[in-house]
Amino acid sequence: MSVGERDPYTGHMTTGHEWNGIKELNAPVPKAVLFFLAATFIFALGYWILMPAWPTGVAYTRGLLGIDQRMTVAESVAAATRDRAVWAQKVIDGDYAAVQADVALMRTVRQTGRTLFGDNCAVCHGQQGQGGKGYPAIAKAPWLWGGEPETVAETIRVGINAAHPDTRVSQMMAFGRDNILERPELLKVAAYVHSLSHKSDAPAATLKDGKAVFEANCVACHGDDAKGKRDVGAPDLTDNFWIYGSDLQGIYETIYRGRQGQMPGWENRLSSLERKILTLYLLDLRQTRN
Amino acid sequence: MVTQLTQNERFLGLIILIALGCLGLVMAAAGQHDPIGMHGWLVVVCSIVMIFVLANGYFAPEPSEARLEHYYDDPSKVGIVVAMLWAIFGMFIGDWVAWQLVYPDLTFDAAWSSFGRIRPAHTTGVIFGFGGNALIATSFHVLQRTTRARLPDQLSPWFVLLGYNLFCLIAISGYFMGITQSKEYAEPEWYADIWLVIVWVTYFLIYLRTLARRREPHIYVANWYYMAFILVVAILHIVNNLAMPIAWNQAKSYSAFSGVQDAMTQWWYGHNAVAFFLTAGFLGMMYYYMPKRAGRPIFSYRLSIISFWGITFMYMWAGSHHLHYTALPHWVQTLGMTFSVMLLVPSWASATNALLTLNGAWHKVRDDATLRFMMMAAIFYGLSTFEGSFMAIRAVNSLSHYTDWTVGHVHAGALGWVALITFGSIYAVVPWLWKQPRMYSPKLIEWHFWLAMAGTLIYVFAMWNSGVIQGLMWRTYNESGTLSYSFIDSLVAMHPYYFARAFGGLLFLLGAIIGFYNVLMTIRMAANVETGDEAVIGNPAAAGE
Repeated sequence: MSVGERDPYTGHMTTGHEWNGIKELNAPVPKAVLFFLAATFIFALGYWILMPAWPTGVAYTRGLLGIDQRMTVAESVAAATRDRAVWAQKVIDGDYAAVQADVALMRTVRQTGRTLFGDNCAVCHGQQGQGGKGYPAIAKAPWLWGGEPETVAETIRVGINAAHPDTRVSQMMAFGRDNILERPELLKVAAYVHSLSHKSDAPAATLKDGKAVFEANCVACHGDDAKGKRDVGAPDLTDNFWIYGSDLQGIYETIYRGRQGQMPGWENRLSSLERKILTLYLLDLRQTRN
Repeated sequence: MVTQLTQNERFLGLIILIALGCLGLVMAAAGQHDPIGMHGWLVVVCSIVMIFVLANGYFAPEPSEARLEHYYDDPSKVGIVVAMLWAIFGMFIGDWVAWQLVYPDLTFDAAWSSFGRIRPAHTTGVIFGFGGNALIATSFHVLQRTTRARLPDQLSPWFVLLGYNLFCLIAISGYFMGITQSKEYAEPEWYADIWLVIVWVTYFLIYLRTLARRREPHIYVANWYYMAFILVVAILHIVNNLAMPIAWNQAKSYSAFSGVQDAMTQWWYGHNAVAFFLTAGFLGMMYYYMPKRAGRPIFSYRLSIISFWGITFMYMWAGSHHLHYTALPHWVQTLGMTFSVMLLVPSWASATNALLTLNGAWHKVRDDATLRFMMMAAIFYGLSTFEGSFMAIRAVNSLSHYTDWTVGHVHAGALGWVALITFGSIYAVVPWLWKQPRMYSPKLIEWHFWLAMAGTLIYVFAMWNSGVIQGLMWRTYNESGTLSYSFIDSLVAMHPYYFARAFGGLLFLLGAIIGFYNVLMTIRMAANVETGDEAVIGNPAAAGE
């Protein structure tokens, strides 16, 4: 039988055990511990009575409040849909011009569109639609496939070079890598294309040869005037908007490797209402930017 | 150290190493077209290295019978050093991950350094590498002193320590190669898991065999916790890792569970890993080193009983609070939440018991950074268990879940509680193990303490702020009934906090490096001093304690 001793500091007895110099006091459990222990147990008991809690074989106790998380979610979703229906129906029913003319409705479109754009488009096109290397600055740059609201909505629906069956398709060939053009020709046509949008210090002969290469290889998509063709998504080469870099090296690289930009189709991801809001938001964004 | 092994143990050790090396060769050959082959070579290399170590002292004379009158501390010594190495590795990777979140380009475009691979390398490095080795090393030390019995033999502790580190190496090198079974804190694949089971059962047997030979009638509280840690971790590990390999020469396996059952099993494991690995084990540490260092008796034996059985019984139910508002049935969530709330009082009882133990020794807390490490650990233990129970309440969880608040909570526990109690215990045990009057530099312990405190506070406050902001941004609706913020908006808002977090982590890492230096210098001090040879079992004064 171990014999306790009194701890001079606290006045409590020890239990009389000792482990390599460690002793234990036999101090009573503080009242607060017992009180809070009881309080948390009573809370748990009450919660079990009110809420779904204990399994009973194939079923479970459903609780007096009759709450279930699935029901709660279904109700909140229904309530939210009801609240949104006030304006959502107007966007669905109205044509683009009508919605654009409705100032109050456009305020809602802007609010909702901003979040939709941020969650779905901003990763590539930038939060303000400013774009980046490889991704068009859709807030400003000229349209590749056309800027009519219906056309924009269609581009969003089917995507570009996407998995969607109706996807828009656009491919620029790899003139260098696939040996369609020789290196001197590549250099000359690059210099020529560069000169279309920049002040060029290339020799006139080079530009002349480059123009000949351009006419033989590029006009089918980019047009005789190099201003691009919207039915094949070929960009205007005479302006100041460049997706893959506007300097001579960037242009050379594009001609050498070819380009096949991709944008996913959103038909299976976003509802037609959401796509319509995005279209309206984008057109509105361009209006305020330009 | 090999000279401390008997001839039989050396022979048995050699057999085990040769068998392991052969197994490694089989893995390497059969799995040559799979990452498991690389792990085969790792096993071969580790076996050969250890065979050389063993061969070096193989023909030395047998250790004298007098050794049985001493505690066997060599595995603890090595374990402490290895734990500090893992601490630096794990915290370095952790801080790197943190900087990646500030500057995503810090992956340097390599697959092995991507976030998804080095993040588990961080968690495994600190939890299993640092925490696990510290637990094994201190548990051997505490077990012998509180039972007044030497470890049952010299070979099995080495098998546990080295085998465990082989598991850690396989785990982490696997992540870099892309091997994972995608279960948080249980990422290693089936063959690593099986190996850990063998090691862990040996560990538990060492505990039972020593306790069976104890010369102390009562089993001390620290051993209750260490035993709970070993036993429950074994159960959790085996159940959660039940899986079928797609082939015996391939690393990939499929879990025995799927869907919501998989999620529930995983978080039953995950939360109890926190409970029994990161809490029970370290409470064992605290229960020995804190009263020893303070020179005070444990405040209340009765409080210890309430805490131990409360924690052991209640934690088992709490895992489902990780799955609030998911496909998990509502009633399971209710149980997880209510048991988490009930768990609070036993947890606080532990923290209370620790802090009241310091009554009569507060002047030591003021002057001694080692004891202050332990005191702050108890406070952070109280803080993070309160926070944990609070976050387990469904309504609170709807705000905190999936946000950085969770990350902050985990690190309040991991840095504030687990790491601080470990560093405190290491600073206490190193001079005892190496028979020195004190650590090499008390001043460096002060530096470590304040760096660790600053790092933890900066980290935790940054994550609280960012987590609550995230949670609020994700649930704020505008008057049109649309979410006000896109996800990317919340990322932009997080950026300054991520910077603060990475900086706080850096301070914590610096502290650990200083600690490692201090430990090494203390060991160097010891190398110059002859140690006495008198019998020490049951004689704390002679053991230098």
